[in-house]
Amino acid sequence: MHPIAEKYLRKRALPFIFCSGCGHGTVLNAFLRVVDELGIIDDLSLVGGIGCSSWAPVFVNTDVLHTLHGRAIAAATGLKLADPKRHVVVFTGDGDCVGIGGNHFLHGARRNIDLTVIMLDNGIYGMTGGQMAPTTPTDARTQTSPYGNLEPPLDACAVAISAGATYVGRWTTAHPKGLAGGIKEAIRHKGFSFIDVVSQCPTQAGRYIYGTANPAELLRMIKERSIAKRKADGMSPEQLEGRIVVGKLHEETRRPELSERLYGIMKRG
Amino acid sequence: MSTITIDEIYCKGCHLCIDQCPKAVLKVSSRRNAKGYLVPQVDRPEDCTACRLCELICPDMAITVEKSDHEK
Repeated sequence: MHPIAEKYLRKRALPFIFCSGCGHGTVLNAFLRVVDELGIIDDLSLVGGIGCSSWAPVFVNTDVLHTLHGRAIAAATGLKLADPKRHVVVFTGDGDCVGIGGNHFLHGARRNIDLTVIMLDNGIYGMTGGQMAPTTPTDARTQTSPYGNLEPPLDACAVAISAGATYVGRWTTAHPKGLAGGIKEAIRHKGFSFIDVVSQCPTQAGRYIYGTANPAELLRMIKERSIAKRKADGMSPEQLEGRIVVGKLHEETRRPELSERLYGIMKRG
Repeated sequence: MSTITIDEIYCKGCHLCIDQCPKAVLKVSSRRNAKGYLVPQVDRPEDCTACRLCELICPDMAITVEKSDHEK
């Protein structure tokens, strides 16, 4: 086992529930490296909702809340306000975060509470067998869209920015270095940080939507669709159709953060 | 040259490490681990530049690259 895995994983929870070639493991890999680099394991609390994404915290040997579907951000809000000194990182999925969890996502961003929300986005409800999700591409055939998805996918990053999130980035599992850099910035950022991580799901999205269960092929597709933000900035929406814009998309430091305001008012009282 | 260690207990045979390697250092072996996955093996260790792309991509953290001392 890799020394960082040896140091940080909860051994009795192993093996990972992730399928062979699932991108979620790559995200956990990047996250653990960042935790090691920042040296924050003793001040770290992790929260997950429901879904393959939300199992990531369980495998880390630290305080973990494995909560209800869609409610990770709600639980994380309570956790952060109870002990603001801790770094609270939420692992959620596309369905968990912007499907059932959409409301908590909006308000977490609006409140600018100091959480780091990492959304493992495979564009499908994977754990339950491959149903369409809010980020499933249009026309995709899934278990609940046998004639093709009629709906357009949601841009979670755009929603996060407009709701008030103060750090927003998007990366993919095909960019492990950029992803680690983004996670590091997001954790260090004081305020609501949101990272959309496009991740391959070989078993469900791979087979149903992309025609292959081969992880390397799926990763190649993700990489080809990706485009750096500075390149995308000069392009029209038509040119960006179907592309994944990666990098830091938004950052600001002047909005008040919720736990600071709460503790400020408690001190004054 | 580097030492590449593959953990055959946790490897799930996805072969992303083989795919990511820019120097074709790794290849699929004909050995299956206890879970039945075809594990990768180090084929050309002398070509390894310790870029660690295999380490970074591995969804199971089952591959470790150690750069040999004289390159440090």
